[in-house]
Amino acid sequence: MEPIRIVESRTVVLPEPNIDTDQICPARFLKVTDKKGLAAALFADWRFDSSGAPKAGFILNKPEAAGAQVLVAGDNFGCGSSREHAPWALIQGGFRAVISTTIADIFTGNSLKNGFLPIVVEPAVHQKFLAAPGAMVKIDLEAQTITVPGGSPVQFKIDAFSRYCLLNGVDELGFLLSQGDAIAAFERAR
Amino acid sequence: MDDPGMSQPKHARTLFEKVWDAHLVAPETAETPAVLYIDLHLVHEVTSPQAFSALRERGLKVRRPDRTVATMDHSIPTLPPVNGKWPFVDAQAEAQVKQLETNGRDFGVEINALGGPDQGVVHVFGPELGLTQPGTTVVCGDSHTATHGAFGALAFGIGTSEVSHVLATQCLLQRRPKTLSIRVDGKLPPGVTAKDLILAIIAKIGVGGGTGSVIEFRGAAIQALSMEQRMTVCNMAIEAGARAGMIAPDDTTFQYLAGRPRAPKGKDWDRAVEAWRKLSTDPGATFDREVVIDAPKLEPMITFGTTPGQAIPISGFIPDPAKDASQKAALERALQYMGLTPGKPIAGHPVDVVFIGSCTNGRIEDLRAAAGVFKGRKVKASRVLVVPGSRKVKEAAEAEGLDRIFLDAGAEWREPGCSMCIAMNGDKLERGQTCVSTSNRNFEGRQGAGGRTFLASPETAAAAAVTGKITDPRRVGEGQ
Repeated sequence: MEPIRIVESRTVVLPEPNIDTDQICPARFLKVTDKKGLAAALFADWRFDSSGAPKAGFILNKPEAAGAQVLVAGDNFGCGSSREHAPWALIQGGFRAVISTTIADIFTGNSLKNGFLPIVVEPAVHQKFLAAPGAMVKIDLEAQTITVPGGSPVQFKIDAFSRYCLLNGVDELGFLLSQGDAIAAFERAR
Repeated sequence: MDDPGMSQPKHARTLFEKVWDAHLVAPETAETPAVLYIDLHLVHEVTSPQAFSALRERGLKVRRPDRTVATMDHSIPTLPPVNGKWPFVDAQAEAQVKQLETNGRDFGVEINALGGPDQGVVHVFGPELGLTQPGTTVVCGDSHTATHGAFGALAFGIGTSEVSHVLATQCLLQRRPKTLSIRVDGKLPPGVTAKDLILAIIAKIGVGGGTGSVIEFRGAAIQALSMEQRMTVCNMAIEAGARAGMIAPDDTTFQYLAGRPRAPKGKDWDRAVEAWRKLSTDPGATFDREVVIDAPKLEPMITFGTTPGQAIPISGFIPDPAKDASQKAALERALQYMGLTPGKPIAGHPVDVVFIGSCTNGRIEDLRAAAGVFKGRKVKASRVLVVPGSRKVKEAAEAEGLDRIFLDAGAEWREPGCSMCIAMNGDKLERGQTCVSTSNRNFEGRQGAGGRTFLASPETAAAAAVTGKITDPRRVGEGQ
């Protein structure tokens, strides 16, 4: 995995609360046996009509969304299914981070393992992002700060171990494998 | 048998804390999460292929094939084989199922294959075989793994990266979640089911209300539930955002498990039950948060919107977005998607399709409950699909003649699988169709792009099937 330190981009705002992983990556795209081709799945039923044509009114189909790497979403983003295809689709669709007031547990874990940043902010800060679609934002993972449209930068929380892995481009499996002796001892002791 | 553990407790502990403590290979620190040992890893075809590929890329083996059990459920057809060939929805679905068979062979993992005697929806077949046991840790690349918490196991869904972690090391890196007690006092009224109870709980605490927490469902109404009903309740803990749902094991649990093929036998059984009896939350143990529900006040519930928390009593009215400023935009969007008018009673809304099945309500008791409503009646919905949760459930239902009741009523009786709960296998709604479903998610498009899902109990789904509209199951037969 590539190390991550800074994500700097314009935002795209999807204000709906409770955006579930079925919206992020509908189930019919889960029949893959690899991780490829999921950019087409990203928000597929919001982006395309039944004939496959882009829906003109949807933000991700508008010119101002092109190149945006940071999604600002309503409360409780990523709820529902545990499918890791959701962060895979977001990454393949060009996104590097999501900002919300709450982000579902399994989605958070899956995102951190793929270099996609789940950034939880206070409701007042969230309101500023919702009110400023397309604003430039800078997320500094090392400093754990995020710039706020029309305000001062704020700190965000992220699990220390996940942050270490992301900053250094290492994955968690390597750490777990290094625990082999402790795991064997645990198995012997029970 | 795993010792649930219990080294000398220094303080009163909850059920969750006892199971958590007993599985710590290494405790968490500020820098690193806990290393948590996993007793049982259930695997299915959709979330595992990339995990097995990760093992191949790094030259790793499955550390404990004896603790790893696979089945296939999501991508499989629920129509029987034609000339010996299963009618997969497309070549990609078939290739995914074949890949699981290949991975099972290559890595020495038990596969309960399509058509096999124990195959079924992963959260139905595990408990049925006795694989799910009190005091254990259970994971699966599937958010409804919470189901297994009905046995007093700590059971939760994981992503595909974590599937590879468990395959390779039998462990996961975890931060300790918070604890949430949901105590359900009193008795459920007649005609009010476990499904109604969990829908009422989610409506109360919200779809994000359990985020970061493990729920323990407790109280008289929970203790009175059968194991199948407890599984229905724990299954939907994730729909409140919870990491897991748990229920303390008791005689109901032990009676269900006794004699199951993978449950302990003889002296091992006696020792296991003795240990399992110590798992209940100690008197005086505290939770991070407590919620109390009054069971006698509950009614049959049904969802009206596009999250499982948007549920109302079946005698209720479609909420008016104008009266709820905080939820206005979300409610408006949900009602527009669902084609509903604010202020109208939900009962009487026309229904096109009924789906009875899934890891929430695809077990034998669910099918019996539905059959009780179907018996002697004909379906009025245009399509009714009854899908058993496993091969064993199918056989049991057929031995009792339930299949005849469904078929005589005009319903379809299918092979076991996830089917229209997730609509990956070709069993799906058409755009605009309304469906009363016993499954767990009413998200936009969940049962097929443009489909409209109303979640409810098997009784309420069956009542919709035989009346062609949303109907209080306690009033089927009145005024028709």
